[in-house]
Amino acid sequence: MYTQSLFIPFSTIVIKEVSRFTRIWVQTILPPAISMTLYFVIFGSLIGPRIGTMNGFDYIDYIAPGIIMMSVINNAYANVVSSFFGAKFQRHIEEMLVAPIPVFVILAGYITGGIVRGFLVGTVVTIVALFFTDLHLYSFPITIAVVLMTSIVFSLGGLINAIFAKKFDDISIIPTFVLTPLIYLGGVFYSIDMLPEFWQKVSVFNPILYMVNAFRYGMLGESDISITHAFIMLIIFTITLLIVCLQLLNKGIGIKT
Amino acid sequence: MSALEIKNLKKTYRNKLDALKGINLNVQQGDFFALLGPNGAGKSTTIGIICGLVNKTSGSIKVFGHDLDTATNAAKACIGIVPQEINFSQFETCLGIVLNQGGYYGIKRSIAMERAEKYLGKLGLWERRNEYSRNLSGGMKRRLMIARALIHEPKMLILDEPTAGVDVELRRSMWDFLIDINQQGITIVLTTHYLEEAESLCKNIAIIDKGDIIEDTSMKNLLSKLNKETFVFDLVDPIESLPELNGYQGRLKDPSTIEVEIERKNNINDLFNIFSKHGINVCSMRNKSNRLEELFLDLLNNNKTH
Repeated sequence: MYTQSLFIPFSTIVIKEVSRFTRIWVQTILPPAISMTLYFVIFGSLIGPRIGTMNGFDYIDYIAPGIIMMSVINNAYANVVSSFFGAKFQRHIEEMLVAPIPVFVILAGYITGGIVRGFLVGTVVTIVALFFTDLHLYSFPITIAVVLMTSIVFSLGGLINAIFAKKFDDISIIPTFVLTPLIYLGGVFYSIDMLPEFWQKVSVFNPILYMVNAFRYGMLGESDISITHAFIMLIIFTITLLIVCLQLLNKGIGIKT
Repeated sequence: MSALEIKNLKKTYRNKLDALKGINLNVQQGDFFALLGPNGAGKSTTIGIICGLVNKTSGSIKVFGHDLDTATNAAKACIGIVPQEINFSQFETCLGIVLNQGGYYGIKRSIAMERAEKYLGKLGLWERRNEYSRNLSGGMKRRLMIARALIHEPKMLILDEPTAGVDVELRRSMWDFLIDINQQGITIVLTTHYLEEAESLCKNIAIIDKGDIIEDTSMKNLLSKLNKETFVFDLVDPIESLPELNGYQGRLKDPSTIEVEIERKNNINDLFNIFSKHGINVCSMRNKSNRLEELFLDLLNNNKTH
């Protein structure tokens, strides 16, 4: 009974989510592969050799983890925000709301959908990166753990965006005006040691800095931030957003009248 | 046993609109119950609260004894809902929609598939199971929502205007289907604007207006309150003017049609005798409007004056 009431609804949501984004792979999987290829061509192969090394690594090796993480962040977020808002807009979110599903199961289902897309796109971009450089792998468990936690954090972020969104414009505002600047200023293409002291201090308020650096540590064994500090921040972001999402779903904000 | 027990249910929206002003309602197990009311009366708000789509302001709801606040999931498992608006994904197949709903209710895929075949088949959709839902006609979409609502075999089915915009033939076949599942023991709560539908199908009825229940009785009792009915008589041969009808209020609508108001205390045979006396031959007769419709409008008018 326990299995039926929790696992079957959970797996139904996950299967539905995964089949949704794989069905439209031309819109979900292919674009990050193409855009990340361009990043590797322009910043890695063309501009990279002129920059030389960064913190002891070839520039392309240094930016590869950040580029992979960028695609994970964007896709985990995009998956949940578009899917959940689509369900709200077409009102088929009601199919779940009328059913005896605890809200944490709905939440877990959507987050898992975001994680799967984050991992899948991250894997595709990693394969693309292998065409341009020999990737390092310093710690497999840290690499996987960072991707997992980052996917969770941005899936939760996407869900909050979708909960408050009232029109389609509202689901593109945050990625365009918040997420993209934070990613570019989160140390994907540079070390924050290169910044003036003031901007280094400002950068520590950017959550993406911790994710990119933790992932870079997993791949290269090198990071601007201590790995322990990065994981503590990731855990804080995850728990905070998890509580916010559960509260919003429990109260039915944005989804109930 | 009560299938649905609503006590002092109130809903006030943020704009201070009192959609429900403390309604009480009791639907017995196995009933075919009509909840009628004009637009904006509070029908859909009531259904939304029962199904967990609208947050109530206060009051309590029990579904087959399960309190919706404290035993939410047990209560929800007893309910199947067919909403007024189409609310399934336009990008999924009919079968996918029904199977996923089974999944949300914790039903194993193999069992859900058997039931999907059963209900989609009964509702004439099995042949179209692999089509995207957006390609279905309006009537098919409504039937798909009924199949979806039945996938977990609920004890109570709530239908919010299920036949709105559905052609006559299809409406009749949906009625037959609903009668059939009601006879199998499923309690049905129905809202509709077609009063003929409520009169034909429902055993008990509540009328809601401005957030209050203004009538809650059996269909038989309610119809017995009708004091007078207007009958339309179609004549075999046209007449030029209407003769005196000995106290009956009548009017000649056209040379071949007479309308007469008949009070419940009167004997309709007397009227036929008067017609015969004046050489008026009737070939057919019918109610001018649905009996329930006349009562419904009377009740709403009375409520306006209070």
